[in-house]
Amino acid sequence: MPVARRWRSVLVSFVILVLVLGAWQAATHSEEAAAVVDPAYAALVGNAAASGGKTPFPGPGEVAAQLWRHLQDPFYDRGPNDKGLGLQLAYSIARVLTGFLCAALVAIPLGFLIGMSRTLYEAFDPFIQVLKPVSPLAWMPLALYTIKDANLSAMFVIFICSIWPMLINTAFGVGSVRQDWLNVARTLEVPRLRTACKVILPAAAPTIMTGMRISIGIAWLVIVAAEMLIGGTGIGYFVWNEWNNLSIANIICAILFIGLIGMALDVLLARAARLVSYRE
Amino acid sequence: MSRPFLEVEGLAKHYPGRDGRPGAPVFENVTFGIERGEFVCVIGHSGCGKTTILNILAGIDAPSAGTIIMDGREVAGPSLDRGVVFQAHALLPWMTALQNVEFGVRSRWPAYTQREVRSHSVRYLEMVGLGHALDKKPAELSGGMKQRVGIARAFAIQPKMLLLDEPFGALDALTRGTIQDELLAIVRATGQTVFMITHDVDEAILLADRILLMSTGPRARIAETVAVDLPRSRTRASLHHEARYYEIRNRLVDFLVDKAAKKEPVAS
Repeated sequence: MPVARRWRSVLVSFVILVLVLGAWQAATHSEEAAAVVDPAYAALVGNAAASGGKTPFPGPGEVAAQLWRHLQDPFYDRGPNDKGLGLQLAYSIARVLTGFLCAALVAIPLGFLIGMSRTLYEAFDPFIQVLKPVSPLAWMPLALYTIKDANLSAMFVIFICSIWPMLINTAFGVGSVRQDWLNVARTLEVPRLRTACKVILPAAAPTIMTGMRISIGIAWLVIVAAEMLIGGTGIGYFVWNEWNNLSIANIICAILFIGLIGMALDVLLARAARLVSYRE
Repeated sequence: MSRPFLEVEGLAKHYPGRDGRPGAPVFENVTFGIERGEFVCVIGHSGCGKTTILNILAGIDAPSAGTIIMDGREVAGPSLDRGVVFQAHALLPWMTALQNVEFGVRSRWPAYTQREVRSHSVRYLEMVGLGHALDKKPAELSGGMKQRVGIARAFAIQPKMLLLDEPFGALDALTRGTIQDELLAIVRATGQTVFMITHDVDEAILLADRILLMSTGPRARIAETVAVDLPRSRTRASLHHEARYYEIRNRLVDFLVDKAAKKEPVAS
């Protein structure tokens, strides 16, 4: 029974969650009982000393309370170092989408061209093979030097990391369109451009969408690191800022949201992929 | 003597060998003609280059030697004058049955309005009995229905000649029989010139006016030509009652079993 099995897996998921939270609670609870505080040190650092001179790792309850605060007012803006989690995520999403869309605008037409021509494919291949494995963050100094704008540089880093999977997948999809289908278009004397739009593009669309899905996944991974470097706004900066504030609860909240947004982006593209998929 | 509608002369095809020099030809000296309105079948073992010949006729492959003249013009490249029904139906899976047919029709008559394209395409799908499945995607159609769409697509562009590459090879016997009958009826009604590849002896006798027998490759050639002088009104049901049926059938089977492999062509 698929329905019964579904409920069983939901139940197991729930059990895993409870176990993890329980272990977390147990681990953080025992830590709190620690340490005698030197009174001179307490006088020096004030309130922080009350918890034993060391910021304790927050338990699930604390994180949940913090999460609730974030959810109640996600978009507040009280200056450069105090913005709502929702606002920071919005900055990150905007950067990722801009860089990603620019990359798609370049990668898909270029991939199409490369996929259509064996010569171009072989000509571009060495460049792609060398540039693809470069960590996108390695481009950051070059971007900062040439663009001279932190925000644009972050978008450029997203652009450069999302371009490769889309380029490679588009070229591969276009290059491996079934010969039968191309022959159909040829025997029907369909003009080249029409063949490209009506045969090659739909035939390659699922492969292209897969490339886009890989790209957006990588882009979302990279944006956190990029924003830690550029600072100012974004979820990556938020995480770094909270590290400097030693607010572990905030960092955990951010991790949770980064995961959720990443999943949402993936689901969105999976939906789009289903629209262009076909069964043979 | 007037020249035939389709004239194939000295056709040969060889692929480069491993050392880059041309290897032994798959087939050579393939010469035959097809009259307007004639139905010609080619039979031969796998690897004798039947499909390559058809692809050359379709213009999607180029011969290494030889010429093809159709209706007074040399065949060089694909053309809407020749409709092709592919072995594996080759329908575009993201299009509905109707869109698959319209794809060709729009190319044949660019000046047609959307409605003209549609009504023309619907007519041909109805002709093959698929009026009820216009908006189905190929994946939702059975093997026989897919091949019917392929046939409708080829007929809809009203080609001067129809090329069929083992169109029923993948179908079960029952479906194959039904579609053979349908094809026969349409061809008779339209007077279509047809060149068809098959490996089914009975199919060839049922459909063809003339059967070309190809020897086995490499260096395959047309070894024999068999005229099927049975009444054109023959049907699947009546075929085996024809007096000459077994004579023709035996000749074809004998050829495929014994003579096809012999190097020298048998006098035709």
